[in-house]
Amino acid sequence: MTAYLLKRLLIGAATLVVASVVVFLMLEVVPGDPARVMLGMNASEAQVELLRDQMGLNQPLIVRYLDWARGLLSLDFGKSYTYSVPVIDLVKERFVVSFPLAIIALALSTLIAIPIGLFAAARRGRAGDTAAMAVAQIGVAMPNFWFALLLVYVFAVWLRLVPAGGFPGWGAGAWPALKALVLPAVALALPQAAILARVTRAALVEVLGEDYIRTARAKGMPMRAVMWRHALRNALIPVLTIMGLQFAFLLAGTIIIENVFYLPGLGRLVFQAITQRDLIVVESVVMLLVAAVIVVNLLVDLSYALVDPRLRTRQ
Amino acid sequence: MSLLEIEKLSLKIGSQSVLKDIDLSIAPGEVLGLVGESGSGKSMTALAVMRLTPDYAQMKGRITFNGIDILGATEPQMCALRGDDIGMVFQEPMTALNPVKTIGEQVAEGIRWHTRASRAEAEERARKILDRVGLPEQKFALSRYPHELSGGQRQRVAIAIACALKPKLLIADEPTTALDVVLQAQILDLLKELVSESKMSLLFISHDLAVVTEMADRITILRQGAVMESGDTARTLSEATHPYTRQLALASTHVPARVRPHGDETGTENLLDVANVTRDYPGTRRSLFSRSEPVRAVDNVSLTMKPGASVALVGRSGCGKSTLARMILALDTPTSGAIKFRGMDIAGRSEAELRRPRRNMQVVFQDPYGSFDPRHTVERLVAEPLHLLERRPDRKERRDMVARALHEVGLNRSDMEKYPHEFSGGQRQRLSIARAIITRPKLVVADEPVSALDVSIRAQILDLFAELNQKLGVAYLFITHDLTVARAITDDVLVMHEGRIVERGKTSDVLSHPASEAAQALVSAAPDLHRAIARRLQEQG
Repeated sequence: MTAYLLKRLLIGAATLVVASVVVFLMLEVVPGDPARVMLGMNASEAQVELLRDQMGLNQPLIVRYLDWARGLLSLDFGKSYTYSVPVIDLVKERFVVSFPLAIIALALSTLIAIPIGLFAAARRGRAGDTAAMAVAQIGVAMPNFWFALLLVYVFAVWLRLVPAGGFPGWGAGAWPALKALVLPAVALALPQAAILARVTRAALVEVLGEDYIRTARAKGMPMRAVMWRHALRNALIPVLTIMGLQFAFLLAGTIIIENVFYLPGLGRLVFQAITQRDLIVVESVVMLLVAAVIVVNLLVDLSYALVDPRLRTRQ
Repeated sequence: MSLLEIEKLSLKIGSQSVLKDIDLSIAPGEVLGLVGESGSGKSMTALAVMRLTPDYAQMKGRITFNGIDILGATEPQMCALRGDDIGMVFQEPMTALNPVKTIGEQVAEGIRWHTRASRAEAEERARKILDRVGLPEQKFALSRYPHELSGGQRQRVAIAIACALKPKLLIADEPTTALDVVLQAQILDLLKELVSESKMSLLFISHDLAVVTEMADRITILRQGAVMESGDTARTLSEATHPYTRQLALASTHVPARVRPHGDETGTENLLDVANVTRDYPGTRRSLFSRSEPVRAVDNVSLTMKPGASVALVGRSGCGKSTLARMILALDTPTSGAIKFRGMDIAGRSEAELRRPRRNMQVVFQDPYGSFDPRHTVERLVAEPLHLLERRPDRKERRDMVARALHEVGLNRSDMEKYPHEFSGGQRQRLSIARAIITRPKLVVADEPVSALDVSIRAQILDLFAELNQKLGVAYLFITHDLTVARAITDDVLVMHEGRIVERGKTSDVLSHPASEAAQALVSAAPDLHRAIARRLQEQG
């Protein structure tokens, strides 16, 4: 088990290093000189050159990468070109919006998907199953920004239950802040829940054909108890795998959804930074998202061992 | 009055009639043997009693258990019966237990469900019954998981689950078919003891007449969903008045006629020479820093085979016989020792160098269902080993060779265009034999080639093996835990135990007078129909 853990951690760290190189190089080849962008169109060649020196842009590639990587490790991401404030401050400010949003969306999609999967698997081949899976199919097919607009129309414009967009800040109290996050979270969660529900159903249907389900039935347990106590835990491994993979899509989704709802989150920050050639912000946020995805998948790998005792003893 | 009474039970799945007017009854404390070949409806009958048949099965007729109308009972009533008054043990111990729950949880679960006992009480009862089935606390704590147990031990857990609440009726569906003969004898003894201790009735399902004869007071023989004959076990089988009963009894003791045994021509060169072969596998590591202890699967084994010889390699499951076979087939490399096939050292050679020996050694596996790609035609499947030939045959030659191989195993040229699912289990085993002989090999290794087959089909396949041995002069290495197979078609036998060959000699000598402890255990545990009938008749006077 310790060996397994160590191996996973090493793989995670290596992935992070590779990702940092890719992110760094990718932004190197993007056209546009950040120094020129900062100084505006009228700056002289000498001024630009001076700023490039100050920003360290004239140093060799490898030196700049190492500087940047060292900064990342000490959470010193450098200064934003456009806002002229430390990137870490920007990120902190936005993180308190995006992180709760992602967590609520993930929790919501799990809470919706697993009961639907159980419901459909218990009635496989019958009307309830067909109906649930048809709804899930629509959920998979529907683009989330369009769904977000529908939600805004129904719950904000028509029913006036929640604000249509914006974020009052946690300073305004937990309730108004949460209210502002409800619609974006639902918009993010439902398409994910649709996929997860289908995966849960498929995994459960497969498990229900196993011999040990028959053994449990022969003990005299009703189908419902067999589902919860025996089938669900065995079906969890594929479900957890998909949840880990979906987390990356969830983060990508926040970029769109935060823009639809005018939420000052990381997604919106990164979107703005890209349009403004604020490369240092883009690099930092992307690396942060990469780290988040790696951590989540590490947790997924560890949770396999919690779910299945056979993986605890294996190397 | 009988405890279980089945009257005119019919079961249909779609338009297919699976059971036709089944009648059977079991008195309290009685053991009824339900015998039949695969697809005869034995398991479906058992599932009908538990009402665990597939949702889409339609049943007609009447099942009465302890005065309760099973087919008319509500689902909650059935749940109250299952596991409490009727316990069931299934065939496949490796998959019958939930892999993510401890054995303690799984045994205690049914107890808690039915008796509303507290967790502690239920665990105490679970502990007692596990002790009773031969899993003592020191080695088999409640916190063990199924994957830490062997097949035989898992079957004991399954029996503990079924018997935890001392049901009135125990249903055992092929409970020992997946186990080796020694384990089979132990599990059968355990079942007998439990049944007489708690005065349970037992519905014992098996395809093996000898095993049923040992267990059952009365016997019911099924064929294609209908009852053929029913009556006192010893009398039914010894008189064998019903033609189907006679056919079954003959098939299960069938010995193929062999004109002359091959392989005793001294002086010829050895076909196979295995010298001091050992195979170690890395064991599980105890911690990150300590080296793992290797597990020795095969330990210093030497053997020789003459061309055309028929040799049995017998032993209990896990004794290393399959590992040895894999090394002989050059699918695995020995840790030390040498294997020579037709004078050529085959250990550690490249695939290109192995082409010649591969052409001359082929294999037949146990499971005729799993060893074919379902999407390939028979022509392609049987022709597969032809790529080993020096010169690739053209299409016409290839078809001719496939046709000849099919003909040799008793199939037709027209079968070439078909797919594996169009064949029965026995026919598929013929296909795998055709595939094995198409390159005219000198050696065929057969790993439990008939243990997945019904008795009558098994007799035919044994005949086929014997015939090909005579006709083509091919040598056989039969890997089996079934001594009747060894006795039927081999001249020499090697007894393997814990990685070593502990006894060797002429098959008839070794099996009638086993010297080593391992061989004695195998011989005395092997079910034998004649012996079992004689014993029953003697008991009845």
